[in-house]
Amino acid sequence: MDMTFVEKLLAEYSDNKDVIPGQIVTVHPDHLLTHDNTAAIIQKITNELKEYGVHSKSLSIIVLDHVIPAASEKTAVNHKVIRDFVRTYDIKNFFDVGVGVCHQIVVEKGFALPGKIILGSDSHTCSYGAIGAFSSGIDRTEAASLMLTGETWLKVPNSIKINLQGKLQFGLSAKDMILHIIGDISASGANYCSVEYHGDVGQLSLDDRFTIANMGVEMGAKNAVFLVDDITTNYLNSIGISRSSYKPVFPDKNALYSKELEYNLSEIEPMVACPHSVDNVKPVSDIAGLDIQQCLIGTCTNGRLSDLRIVAQILKNKKIHPDTRLLILPASKNIYEGALKEGIIETLVRAGGIILPPGCGPCLGAHQGVLAPGERCLSTANRNFKGRMGCKEAEIYLASPATVAASAIYGKIIDPRKEMKK
Amino acid sequence: MKIWKYGDNINTDMLFPGKYTYTCSTADEIKPHLLEDLDPSFSKNVKKGDILVTGKNFGCGSSREQPVIGLKAVGIKAIVAESYARIFYRAAINQGLILIECPEAVKAFSEGDHIELDIDNGKIIVGENKFSFPKLPKEILAIRDAGGLLAYTRSKLKKK
Ligand code: SF4
Repeated sequence: MDMTFVEKLLAEYSDNKDVIPGQIVTVHPDHLLTHDNTAAIIQKITNELKEYGVHSKSLSIIVLDHVIPAASEKTAVNHKVIRDFVRTYDIKNFFDVGVGVCHQIVVEKGFALPGKIILGSDSHTCSYGAIGAFSSGIDRTEAASLMLTGETWLKVPNSIKINLQGKLQFGLSAKDMILHIIGDISASGANYCSVEYHGDVGQLSLDDRFTIANMGVEMGAKNAVFLVDDITTNYLNSIGISRSSYKPVFPDKNALYSKELEYNLSEIEPMVACPHSVDNVKPVSDIAGLDIQQCLIGTCTNGRLSDLRIVAQILKNKKIHPDTRLLILPASKNIYEGALKEGIIETLVRAGGIILPPGCGPCLGAHQGVLAPGERCLSTANRNFKGRMGCKEAEIYLASPATVAASAIYGKIIDPRKEMKK
Repeated sequence: MKIWKYGDNINTDMLFPGKYTYTCSTADEIKPHLLEDLDPSFSKNVKKGDILVTGKNFGCGSSREQPVIGLKAVGIKAIVAESYARIFYRAAINQGLILIECPEAVKAFSEGDHIELDIDNGKIIVGENKFSFPKLPKEILAIRDAGGLLAYTRSKLKKK
């Protein structure tokens, strides 16, 4: 039987010859990601941990990133509880505050590999489809159970094939593309489904794919995947992982998709997701001129070195508008160091940017840039829900790093192309 | 019994704001903030046995089980939705909160209608109309019947 990416991978992990959508299978994932929520997770199973211990010391990847450095006594205690757990149970893959955003770390440290299964108690765990892995979000209770048993159930999803055709034009990015697609498909358009990207994907760097896979959950997808090609293997080589250490999974030729969609990339313009849902997408030209009080560049969606390079190009020898603030979060310490070396940080600070520590920063509204009622933020993050940045009477607009950087100069949302050099 | 009706794409930040995710995790800490940014009257007036009727993609957004724990703790009998976001759906199974996916029933509902549920037989009556919804697969029922995922896991560990 011909199978899609997800069917083939779940069949293999569940020791079935084949599987069909709707079937429930038991799997042992290769890794389980948890972050600051690890404290709440292990508190559910204090007694069981004492009695049975953890299923495996190398299953968990724990990254402290959501509220770092601790913003209150309570969050500080959370971090401490997690460090104690890591020490007591000899957890192998622990990354303390300042190393980076969890999803960036999973990719950067080589945990995300083609053909592997990674589950995580965070909805953007779907990011590792960029590398050709199956990855998906689960809740805290399930993460607790996985720590004890190493296994869980998954329902084999339907698969959607998205065919990308044509070339993105000058000044356009993966972010514009994925916003365009989500605007078209809607926030529930891929619910429960596995999304496969096909077609002219050779123009998309690994960073681009990361941004696109990261936002899979914003259309309801279970996972979103790019099939392994030279871009994937070259990236893995660059972080010291040889081609012989993983086994990519490819869909069969006559696999069945529940939906096939095609997008012409050459028609896409700079896009913005308007409040308060990620599928409320408009071309920048529709809302150009809207004033913004805060600009945010970073997060697991767009805090990579390639993003910061574009931002620095636009902000070189420029100053941000006095009526707006610019917050920048490198997605990891590695990226931060790279940006320092390339002079990017200097450019951004001179332009008036505030550099925040590698982590989630204000993305979830807990600290470091909470909005006031009536304020508007233009952000490179993945979510603009009401209240997301800590205030329900504030508005969040989502856009590409180029759009946010160019808009920071004017204090208004603008089309970035006129600020970019060909 | 009151029926709380909400629309499409009710996300996790509306159900339980992200700013509380690292400071509230027990049912008592969660309850006062339930649906805070969606319907501030909810946490004050909700009663045991109430039902939520909602549109498409309920619970989309973050992996956030606080709203599930909270809704279970205040005694919500079931949620009837056109569809759910998958992490929320899993979280509900894991906490033993009953979710019914039945778009026809949601569309048929209007303010003031009475709702009757027969969960085991997959039947729902909305006003004068009767609808059915598919039964859960046995693997999932086993988790629900054990009293949620952790109870299920505990009994599995004991058998080992
Ligand atoms: S950066 Fe934002 S979206 Fe990404 S993991 Fe952190 S809180 Fe979640």
